[in-house]
Amino acid sequence: MPVNKKIREFQEKREKALLGGGEQAIEKQKAMGKRTARERIMALLDENSFNEYDLFVEHDARDFDMDKKSLPSDGVIIGSGTIYGAPVAIFAQDFTVAGGSLGLMHSRKITKIMDHALKMRMPLIGINDSGGARIQEGVNSLAGYGEIFFRNTISSGVIPQLSVILGPCAGGAVYSPALTDFVFVVDNISKMFITGPEVIKTVLGEEISMEDLGGARVHSEITGNAHFFALSEEECFEQIKKLITFIPWNNGQKARVFEPGEPKPEYNINKIVPEDPTLPYDVRDVIRAIVDNSDFFEIMELYAKNIVIGFGRMGGRTTGFVANQPLEMAGVLDVDSSDKAARFIRYCDAFNIPIITLVDLPGYLPGVDQEHAGVIRHGAKVLYAYSEATVPKLTVILRKAYGGGYIAMSSRHLRADFVFAWPSAEIAVMGPEGAANIIFRKEIMSSVDPDGMRKQKVEEYKTKFANPYVAASRGYVDAVIEPSETRKFLMHSIEVSENKDVPMPHKKHGLPPF
Amino acid sequence: MNKNDKLGFLNIDTSLYQTRISNKFQNRKPYKPVNPKIILSFIPGTILHILIEPGQIVAKGDDLMILDAMKMQNKLKCNMDGKVKSIAVKKGDKVSKGTVLLELE
Repeated sequence: MPVNKKIREFQEKREKALLGGGEQAIEKQKAMGKRTARERIMALLDENSFNEYDLFVEHDARDFDMDKKSLPSDGVIIGSGTIYGAPVAIFAQDFTVAGGSLGLMHSRKITKIMDHALKMRMPLIGINDSGGARIQEGVNSLAGYGEIFFRNTISSGVIPQLSVILGPCAGGAVYSPALTDFVFVVDNISKMFITGPEVIKTVLGEEISMEDLGGARVHSEITGNAHFFALSEEECFEQIKKLITFIPWNNGQKARVFEPGEPKPEYNINKIVPEDPTLPYDVRDVIRAIVDNSDFFEIMELYAKNIVIGFGRMGGRTTGFVANQPLEMAGVLDVDSSDKAARFIRYCDAFNIPIITLVDLPGYLPGVDQEHAGVIRHGAKVLYAYSEATVPKLTVILRKAYGGGYIAMSSRHLRADFVFAWPSAEIAVMGPEGAANIIFRKEIMSSVDPDGMRKQKVEEYKTKFANPYVAASRGYVDAVIEPSETRKFLMHSIEVSENKDVPMPHKKHGLPPF
Repeated sequence: MNKNDKLGFLNIDTSLYQTRISNKFQNRKPYKPVNPKIILSFIPGTILHILIEPGQIVAKGDDLMILDAMKMQNKLKCNMDGKVKSIAVKKGDKVSKGTVLLELE
């Protein structure tokens, strides 16, 4: 029958297109320890949820004998599907077709799905695995990148944008992931750099491997370009799926509310924080003692570890956590930790996620390298991000909150909605030793026993000022609470902040110090 | 917190805090003041021409070398009046950023 013939023809055509670069190229991809683009999409999305578009799109380049070359689907797969029922738009570059190189039609497919995601207000996931620009297509290829960057920017803060680096992503191509909200990398598979090892060797004579230059670990630990590090593609997809459960579909909504659950009893909040403010502990244990099911989903775990950021749920509602980490570099603020925190605060604010800040820091990291690296303008980002954020802002001062660090960490003065302090809190202009040395300099210097006098004055200062009650007496702290009351107070605060509405003066946009 | 954690001490405002010390902090370069008499390459590249000789009197603004870098022939200009004490590179050398090129006196 004629209809069947047409369907059969179509099926053959589709089968061929679905193979991408063909069996040989697929074998090569597998030999590199990588899945094919289509396998990746299937592994990430809910079963049978993927609708593919533009399967039959091909390039029409003519120069350099390109007119004789057929590139199935032009090396990229686009479509939409669901993750745990949440709608997502997705594209995946197909390395088996001309190395996933980006030509005009390839880029048009990507921008098509980006436009779709923005119009439908749903998250966008991009899987990057590409050798870069398709050189044969010249400036058309550059135009393609530019169109993608523009859309990344316009969609920023409207829909969540996730970038997954599952292969090379080099040259100009790196700027699309860099403009998105979260970047996922996989050990030994992800490679990101502006100029590769060969160029660096030719120009500078410096030899470095791709892995050491722009591998997954480098971007997770040193550059801060990546937010999630995984040892396998499988683990990476689990991270993406989990993240999707924490974030809303767009900036007009709130994240889905889950069934609440109590924290696990093994995290005993009374026993985590040592009384002596110079002793370390893992602040993530405090978070786990507060959040539903002790389930804390950390972001940028390996970068600037002196500050901890991530998501958890309070009474089933997604909450962003920002916490100083006394276990790493005493929890100081510095260039990297300021960048890390500020960007996350702005993410939470853009997507209607309340922020809980846990404070325990001695101040800023001293040093010529920090000053010259611009700790002033980087540190200012934290002040800016907290001040402009209009989502509910809850602060718990666990222990030290000294000087500029106290102000920066979501203090009342930057319009925290609720500020709580534990009895162990020390809210002061600086640590007792430093303060006593300055205030009582004369007494100490003129004493017959300067060391004894210093100790006495430090004790005096500690008793008088190293506590939460001076700040509480001014109303800068709303309530001094016992550690065991923390979850109760925070849950209530989030509940009553549900309809928070803060009018801000009209402006086109502010000028954060970046 | 792991019992095997390697902890050090960090001094903030004369208080010593027990904590992990990051690699970045441990590996930071100690600050050295800039010596205006030592001319360093400001960009990685190749020495294309050397326009001065040891012992030559030079004035502020004189061309010292041509450094081929980033597809440009960059003129290295003298930053002060003085005399060339020594030249540390030769024509054709590849230099990285911060390499000593010459010393003035």
